[in-house]
Amino acid sequence: MDASQTLHAEKIVQELKKNHVTHAVWLPCSDTAAIHKAIKTEPSIHSVPVCREGESMAIAAGLWIGGKVPVVIVQNTGFFESGDSIRGICLGASIPLVILIGYRGYTRHGPTKDSAARFIEPILHAWQIDYYLMECDADVDRISLAFDEANRMSKPVAVLIGKEGR
Amino acid sequence: MMTLTDAVGIIETHREDMIVIASQSARVPWLNVSRKPSLDILFAGSMSKESSVGLGIALACPEKKVIVLSGDGELLMNLGTLVTIGNQAPENFYHFVLYNGVYAFTGCQPLPGASRIRFEGLAKEAGYPSVHMFEDSTLFASRVKDILNEDGPVFVCLKIDPEVNAEVSAKGPYPWKPLREYLHGLRKVLAEGSKESPPR
Repeated sequence: MDASQTLHAEKIVQELKKNHVTHAVWLPCSDTAAIHKAIKTEPSIHSVPVCREGESMAIAAGLWIGGKVPVVIVQNTGFFESGDSIRGICLGASIPLVILIGYRGYTRHGPTKDSAARFIEPILHAWQIDYYLMECDADVDRISLAFDEANRMSKPVAVLIGKEGR
Repeated sequence: MMTLTDAVGIIETHREDMIVIASQSARVPWLNVSRKPSLDILFAGSMSKESSVGLGIALACPEKKVIVLSGDGELLMNLGTLVTIGNQAPENFYHFVLYNGVYAFTGCQPLPGASRIRFEGLAKEAGYPSVHMFEDSTLFASRVKDILNEDGPVFVCLKIDPEVNAEVSAKGPYPWKPLREYLHGLRKVLAEGSKESPPR
């Protein structure tokens, strides 16, 4: 495999550190498993695992209130489950939050059969949440673009993870 | 016996400089008694996530004590929060559930399994090291100061009389501010070191 086409979890963690992330609030999925593993070895980022994704948005809001810099990491299915937290807290209270979303079912080779992939971008559009797509290491700086936009506009911004990190 | 007004009044008497997140039926009585409104969140954004917001604040600010007043119905909507909080184990986290067995805010419809639930048992098994249950306001008033000096996370189930919230309609208008104002306001207060309430 061409190394330039690989998305390395360590690169993602470096980009989170560059943005002074203090807490990763997450529920693991196969698309983000390597990121979780890398974060657990990074002492500057406190890990906050949750039982259901809807908790993650609210916990992140609380961390932000207290002056910390959280990032949420969930699968697209978990993003759907988090709907009311995103609506009522992140959007309703204008919380600057970067959400990394495992893009389950994503393919650049024609239509996907996975409804989790088919619905995520239309839902992000419907909720007026801007998003970026990461597929390889060259895309990782989009995390910084997301943090910049979230802070500048005081709103949630998503980064879709289109390939499983290694 | 204990009413909702009794319960929040007793807690307020001893809250000192603690952050308080009051949700569902607790919002109006808390609004009526609070003497530190800049440290309050009257939570009306996403039902059941008040304890999750409180956990985030407690983790971010270990020098500040955080009190969460949850309704019983909303805790049932987010039971995993007990495990998440038990796992993080913030010592500065005090979780009160106001247990009346009904959805008081919407007309006193019964909760599913209302007569069988033991919230204090759920919290204990989820990892809260300190768990209490009170039905009598006099006994609760005599213990709350000590409880708020325990190392958390602490869980307190307060069995209160079911009563329709007559002061505010579920359809509004609401006496509390939009959630944005509470969250951004508290962030500002904490960043400034809170002139109203210096860290303990």
